[in-house]
Amino acid sequence: MLDFPNWKKVWYWAITLVAVAAALPSLVSIAGLPWPSALPRPTINLGLDLAGGSHILLEADRGQVVQQRLESMEEQVRTRLRAAEPSIGIGDISSRDGRLSFMLKDPAQVDAAREAIMPLTYGAGLTGARDWDIEVIDGSRFVISPTPEGVEQSVTNAMDTAVEVVRKRIDALGTREPTILRQGDERIVVQVPGLQDPAALKNLLGQTAKLEFKLVDVNASPEDIARGIAPPGSQILPFAEGQQQGGQTALAVKRLGGIKGDQLTDAKQAFDPQNNQPVVSITFNTAGGARFAKLTSENVNRPFAIILDDKILSAPNINEPILGGSAQISGSFSVQEATQLAIALRSGALPVDLAVIEERTVGPDLGADSIQKGLIAMAVGSLGVVLLMVLVYGRFGVYATIALIINVLMILGIMAVMNTTLTLPGIAGFVLTIGAAVDANVLIYERMREERKKGRRVVAAVENAYKEASRAIYDANITNAIAGVLLFIFGSGPVRGFAVVLIVGLFTSVFTGVTLTRMWVADWLRKARPTDLNV
Amino acid sequence: MKLLKLVPEDTNIHFLKWGTPFYVVSALLIIASWALVFTKGLNYGVDFAGGQEISATFTRQSEAPIGELRELVGNLGYGDPVIQRFGAANEVSIRTKLPESAEGNPAVAEQISNRIVSVVRKAYPDVRIDSIDTVSGKVSSEFRDKSVYALLAAMLAIALYIWIRFEWQFGVGALLALLHDVSLTLGMFALFQLEFSLQIIAALLALIGYSLNDTIVIYDRIRENLKKYRKMPIRELLDLSVNETLARTVMTSATLLIALVPLLLFGPESLFGMTAAITLGIFVGTYSSVYMAAPILIWLGTSSDSFVTKESPTDRQERLARERGA
Repeated sequence: MLDFPNWKKVWYWAITLVAVAAALPSLVSIAGLPWPSALPRPTINLGLDLAGGSHILLEADRGQVVQQRLESMEEQVRTRLRAAEPSIGIGDISSRDGRLSFMLKDPAQVDAAREAIMPLTYGAGLTGARDWDIEVIDGSRFVISPTPEGVEQSVTNAMDTAVEVVRKRIDALGTREPTILRQGDERIVVQVPGLQDPAALKNLLGQTAKLEFKLVDVNASPEDIARGIAPPGSQILPFAEGQQQGGQTALAVKRLGGIKGDQLTDAKQAFDPQNNQPVVSITFNTAGGARFAKLTSENVNRPFAIILDDKILSAPNINEPILGGSAQISGSFSVQEATQLAIALRSGALPVDLAVIEERTVGPDLGADSIQKGLIAMAVGSLGVVLLMVLVYGRFGVYATIALIINVLMILGIMAVMNTTLTLPGIAGFVLTIGAAVDANVLIYERMREERKKGRRVVAAVENAYKEASRAIYDANITNAIAGVLLFIFGSGPVRGFAVVLIVGLFTSVFTGVTLTRMWVADWLRKARPTDLNV
Repeated sequence: MKLLKLVPEDTNIHFLKWGTPFYVVSALLIIASWALVFTKGLNYGVDFAGGQEISATFTRQSEAPIGELRELVGNLGYGDPVIQRFGAANEVSIRTKLPESAEGNPAVAEQISNRIVSVVRKAYPDVRIDSIDTVSGKVSSEFRDKSVYALLAAMLAIALYIWIRFEWQFGVGALLALLHDVSLTLGMFALFQLEFSLQIIAALLALIGYSLNDTIVIYDRIRENLKKYRKMPIRELLDLSVNETLARTVMTSATLLIALVPLLLFGPESLFGMTAAITLGIFVGTYSSVYMAAPILIWLGTSSDSFVTKESPTDRQERLARERGA
């Protein structure tokens, strides 16, 4: 046990030096000094609670994804059946209860209808399941319901798009170093460090920016609209806040046949040349422009509604076909609102509404204050521990002290290389690790005392002490690791930073407290050949 | 150099002789802790209660005007705000519940925090807003569930590990000792109404790991002695084991406490609750190692046979056959 061949020593020292060297850039940066740019610089990241910044947790509305998918299915089914040769008539169509159902006017067309609809379904997932189930009940009623695999796939797709859109929007705001991560099935974490105002960010992320142009159903009477009764094929939508038309605060619009404003090449804030109000001017891409031209040419002299996130911004009359592929959206915006809407439209609509379900903002002063106080407490605590160890164990306490210093540096170095984050609870983790790391030394040295008392010779006593104490040391570290790993799994954010320090610290403290001190003690025994252990 | 000894050599304290009063006290403390948790309740922060928490420092005052703040914020009509000192005397946290309409709607929560901040700032221009946390009811209830799972999973996993490494009696003993430590820490949080946050859960998990260190050292020695002194009565053997490891128990706890107490005194205010929980847990854990984890072994019938490999019937036949042959 006390026999250290040179190759082993070289390895131990190399590991120590590499880990300690990796800590240097972090130490230099904590001290506020510059680090030569030519050298690699793994530095430990400071968590938001130390660096200041905002953490925003967004959640998608799963039900909405399902509903939207159902609606688009309805539209596709209608188009398909109408286009079939001969066309297939249907009635009693409903998309309630999470499934689409309709009756065939002519039950003889069942097979033709099935053939027409079948290509609308696709394989989903790896199990070979389809994304929709098609059932025929009583020979003429079709029920099309989404399969769990299909729902899963559409939620995944929606979330992938949502993450992209969120990233584009955050970049457009000029936010520095944002972290955008998908969390679980339907959540996105956004972290923005530093001195930045989260309000604009949050408002931007909370806006779905689903722009639609739909025809106004002029047959609906104001009384019905007020009572919330829409004519068949139409829906009632409210005006956006502060908007109205002829005293009405809602309008009936045709559910189908409108176009979506997602095919844009550009959107920017501008001013209306007539009244100098801030507006958003949008430019369609070729396909979108063509559809917009078609919609406006087919409906001259009819009103159409410009709808943003299911609220009507305005409902102007189509005076003439708009063929140039660009349009202007007005809606009594402030300049800031118009700019935000332009960013939102430019980066694309979110495929699903995102709700902010958790938000944490930390001012930058608090973090600096915490680091300073944490460092002071750590220094005082370490001094106390070192003093006690040296007073109680003499020379061996000195070994434990050197091991402790290397231990702290190694934790810093490993965390820097692994690119982990130091959080406020992480500071507590450091302190706890400092207090616990020397425990291994205590166990070993107490055992040395005992072995000497039993009359063992010096070398045998040391050897036995390391051997007998290591059982309890490993057991204790493993129980600590069990707690640490569970903390890491269940914890989030700052608490995870605590778990990281604890877990890294367990490994380094066994290495420094047991392995390195054993090497030093062995060296001393060989060189000094002591006849007694003063321990 | 004469070295310091925190514990004199060769102690022979009859720990188990004084056992009964201690068990009664421990049992009472556990019951009292849970009674406090259920009657007085834990002072849940936004992590677990949901809502909004603004923490602020009054930079030019030595003491935060809590009474005035309560009135100021209370008059805004967002329900009764919880306003507490938070760390230093000039730091406060202002906790408000959010209305239903704020669930998932950032604008509403934003409006409320802006309003509170502007009102406070107007009355006290020296205020510095340190942090604003908004947690929806959905997230906070998830945090509650997850925390309970994590604590239970950690205790069970550790007890299982001890069982595998030692014997089932030791696993049960460790589990009871952990329950004792966690209960008493929860009781303290209920008694002093310290804010109970995710950080405290982290502290409880850490102390579940660390408060067991002493227990493991004692158990390790009990196992060693059980093999060594096969004829010694179990009570005597436990006392011997605790005495032999007493210096270790005291030293390992002392180093932890020496490291933690400065953090409690000089550390960042926002770590106070967490550090207090770990410190208390280590303290209680040392006690429970001696007075819960060890004596439980007697009741569970640990004996010197526990670590002797039992002879299976086939082994026995083989041995007898060998003996006959020889």
